[in-house]
Amino acid sequence: MAELALTLPFAAKRQDARLMPRIGPGRAKGAAAGDAEIVERLRDGDERAFEELIDRYGAMMLRVARMFVKDRASAEEVVQETWLGVLNGIDRFEGRSSLKTWIFRILTNRAKTRGERDSRSLPFSALASAEAEADEPSVDPDRFLGPDSATPGAWAAPPRAWPEDRLLAKETIGVVEDAIEMLPEAQRDVILLRDVEGWSPMEVSDALEITDGNQRVLLHRARSKVRAALEEYLDPEVVQP
Amino acid sequence: MSLFTKDIACQELVELVTAYFDGSLSRTERRRFRAHIRGCPHCTAYVEQMRQTIETTGRLTEEDIGPEARDELLEAFRGWRDGRAT
Repeated sequence: MAELALTLPFAAKRQDARLMPRIGPGRAKGAAAGDAEIVERLRDGDERAFEELIDRYGAMMLRVARMFVKDRASAEEVVQETWLGVLNGIDRFEGRSSLKTWIFRILTNRAKTRGERDSRSLPFSALASAEAEADEPSVDPDRFLGPDSATPGAWAAPPRAWPEDRLLAKETIGVVEDAIEMLPEAQRDVILLRDVEGWSPMEVSDALEITDGNQRVLLHRARSKVRAALEEYLDPEVVQP
Repeated sequence: MSLFTKDIACQELVELVTAYFDGSLSRTERRRFRAHIRGCPHCTAYVEQMRQTIETTGRLTEEDIGPEARDELLEAFRGWRDGRAT
């Protein structure tokens, strides 16, 4: 099992609109505002521009590379190769996709080539399908009324509001981290990209070469398990009525 | 108690939350979803917990690339830039 590349401390780096669930179908964005400017500076040989890009995408690239190759060392090499590919290709970048999409396309192409050479046991898409097809309820069926009741499928042990102060505590983030670490691989990768990195559904299904439907099923499984872990931590009595 | 509407049971609703957030439910499904949570405080609480779960997950940060890798990259950048200048 691949190790999870998450580390403490949790500096709340990106507390912005990303934290809200994204409503509406994800669409690949065109060239983002600012892309043209940074590309221009890069072409002019501005080192600060390159550093800005490393800060913006470096960690995310490492994580994505880890999804395709067998260890961290290989992932780091893929990331380095990608940056060289970005520099050597920057004159050909036309802004038809966003810079981010373009960079990650280079990355996933290299990572896949590398991953095949490392002969990873199972292609990601096969893993994803297997995980998506397994039948897993989001909530323990025992928490709903059975078929003999007047209202089958209604809550028998309903969820209760969580105390806001405990939800925001640092320890609570640790609970989420542990829960994500326990997830099956494909679910873990999808929740990391969607909810930690804030990618759109389409960006995730493109990068991982899975269907939009599987992407959503995997995300839903992952979120449901993380929610259950939070509930067990924040409101243990409700879990064992 | 309005724990059950004729269209959708609580146990079904909990399977649709991500599709609801992503806007990928059909219009009929979305209407049923909304009608259900309007009448069901328990599912309202559940949907709120899923929202809070997403927000809390969003507070995780990822591993950074190491300082050595960064230095190597900047070195490579300078080589690339100098190669272009000539």
